[in-house]
Amino acid sequence: MKPLTDYGFPLAVIAGLVALWEVLCRMVRIPVWLLPAPSAIVRDTWTWADRIPGHLWVTFYETVGGFAVSVLVGVPLAIAIVYSPLMRRVLYPILLVVQSVPKVALAPLFLIWIGYGPKSNILIAAIVAFFPMVVNTAAGLESVEPDLLQLTHALQASALRVFWKVRLPWALPHIFSGMKVAMSLAVIGAVVGEFVGSDRGLGYLILTASSNMNTAIVFGVMAVLSALGMVVFWAVCLAERLACPWYLPPDGGAQ
Amino acid sequence: MPALIGLEGVTKRFTSRAGESVTAVEGVSLEIESDQFVTVVGASGCGKSTLLKLIGALLPPTEGRVLRGGRPVQGPSRDVGIVFQSPVLLPWRSALDNVLFPIEIMGWPVGKYRAEADRLIELVGLQGFEQSLPRELSGGMQQRVSICRALIHDPPLLLMDEPFGALDAMTREELGLELLRVWSERRKTVVFVTHSIAEAILLADRVVVMTPRPGRIVTTVSITLPRPRTLEMEFSEEFKGYAKLVRDALGSTKGARP
Repeated sequence: MKPLTDYGFPLAVIAGLVALWEVLCRMVRIPVWLLPAPSAIVRDTWTWADRIPGHLWVTFYETVGGFAVSVLVGVPLAIAIVYSPLMRRVLYPILLVVQSVPKVALAPLFLIWIGYGPKSNILIAAIVAFFPMVVNTAAGLESVEPDLLQLTHALQASALRVFWKVRLPWALPHIFSGMKVAMSLAVIGAVVGEFVGSDRGLGYLILTASSNMNTAIVFGVMAVLSALGMVVFWAVCLAERLACPWYLPPDGGAQ
Repeated sequence: MPALIGLEGVTKRFTSRAGESVTAVEGVSLEIESDQFVTVVGASGCGKSTLLKLIGALLPPTEGRVLRGGRPVQGPSRDVGIVFQSPVLLPWRSALDNVLFPIEIMGWPVGKYRAEADRLIELVGLQGFEQSLPRELSGGMQQRVSICRALIHDPPLLLMDEPFGALDAMTREELGLELLRVWSERRKTVVFVTHSIAEAILLADRVVVMTPRPGRIVTTVSITLPRPRTLEMEFSEEFKGYAKLVRDALGSTKGARP
C-alpha cells in the first residue's frame, strides 16, 4: 500500500477545484443552464436517481459487449498477422483503411444495416476498440526474445507448443495494454452509438437532458459515465494482476 | 573414431539489408573431440557466434560441411544445450520450471526429469530458490538457471555464447570456475565463445583464436594447465605464456586488415 499522503494531495487539489467552482457559481451568478454549481448537479441528478440505473446497465453491457467482440476478433487477427506473411500483407492495409475512417461516421451506417438499439451500439464500440487490440497483441507476440525462439528451434519444438508455452504468455502484458485502451475506447463507442440512434443508455440520457437545457443532469450523467469508465478499466487492471502476477509494469510496481 | 564435431572448409555468408553479401565465417576447418572444453576467442564481430551456430547446426553453412560423429548434419538436433549471453528465462516460470522448460516444450514426460532438475539446481548452488521467479534472482543466479536448463536433457554438446559477458567481473570468475565443476561432474563437449583472453585460457582444453572480416581461425592453442583450475593459475608463467600466444595471434592481422 502507498502511504495515504500519496492520495491526500491530489484529493485535496480536486476538492479545492470543486469548492472553487461552487463559490464562483454562487458569486458570479452564472445561469444554471450554462454552468450549474456542483451542489445543483448533485441535487438535480438525485431527482433522476430512479431512471439512471436502467440506462447505466444498457451502456455497461454495450461497452463490455463491444470490448469482448474487439478482443475475440482482434486477438485471432493479430495471431494470423504474426504467423502468416501473406495475412500480414492482406490484413494490414485493410486495417489501416478501417482505422483511418472516423468511426463516428460509421455509426449512421450501422443504424441502417442493423437498426436501432444496443446491437448496433455494441458493434460501434467493438469497431472503435479493436484496432489497438490487434496492434498490441501482434506487437506482444513479436516481442519474444529471438534467443528463446532459437532455443525452441534447436529443440525442434512444435509450433503449437511454442505458441501456448512461449509466445502467448510472453504477449500477455501487451495484450492487457491493448485491453486497457480497448476498454476505454469501447465506452466512447457505446456512447457515440447512443447519440446517433438509441432510446436507452447514458448517451441517450445526456442527449435528452441537453435538449431540455437541463445542464445539471448532463453533468450528473457525465459523472456516472466516467465512473463506469473507471470501473471497467479497473476491472481490466485487476484481471491483468491475476493473469500475469509476474509482470511488473515499467512505471515501477510495488517494489 | 571420428571426432564428435568436424567442420570442413566451412564458409557462411549473409545478405545484409542493403543486399550486399557479408562473409561472417570463411574457410573454417576444425575438429572437436568428445568431452573437450573448447573456447573460441576473438573481437566482437569476428564471427564467433556464427561459428557456434554452425557447430550446433542452428545455421546451415553456405559452403563446406559440418560433421557430427563423422556424418554430415542435416538440421538442428536436440542433442545440444544452449546458453546465451542473456539468460532469456521465461519470466512467469519459477527457476525449477524454467529448468524443465526444454522437457516440456519437447513434449517429454516432465515428471521423469524432476529429480534431475533438483540435482542440477543443487549442483549450481541454487537450492532454496526453486520456486523463485527470475526477477527475484540476480543476474548470476539467472545465468545459473539457464545453465541448468541447457543441461536438463543431458545433451552431449553444450554451446555457450558469451554466457558471462553481461555479468560483473567477480561473478564472472566465480561462475567460470563453477561451470568447470559442473563440467567435471557432467562430462560434455563444450564450445564456449568469449572475448576475454583470460577466461578463454582458464576454462579451456583448447583455445580457438578468430580474427574478423572475414571470420577466420588464425590458430588454436592447446592448454595443458592442470585441472581443477584455480584463479591463482592466472598469475603463473605458463598462463602468461598462453596469454601472449593468444594475444599475438589476435593482433597478427591487425596491421594488414584495418
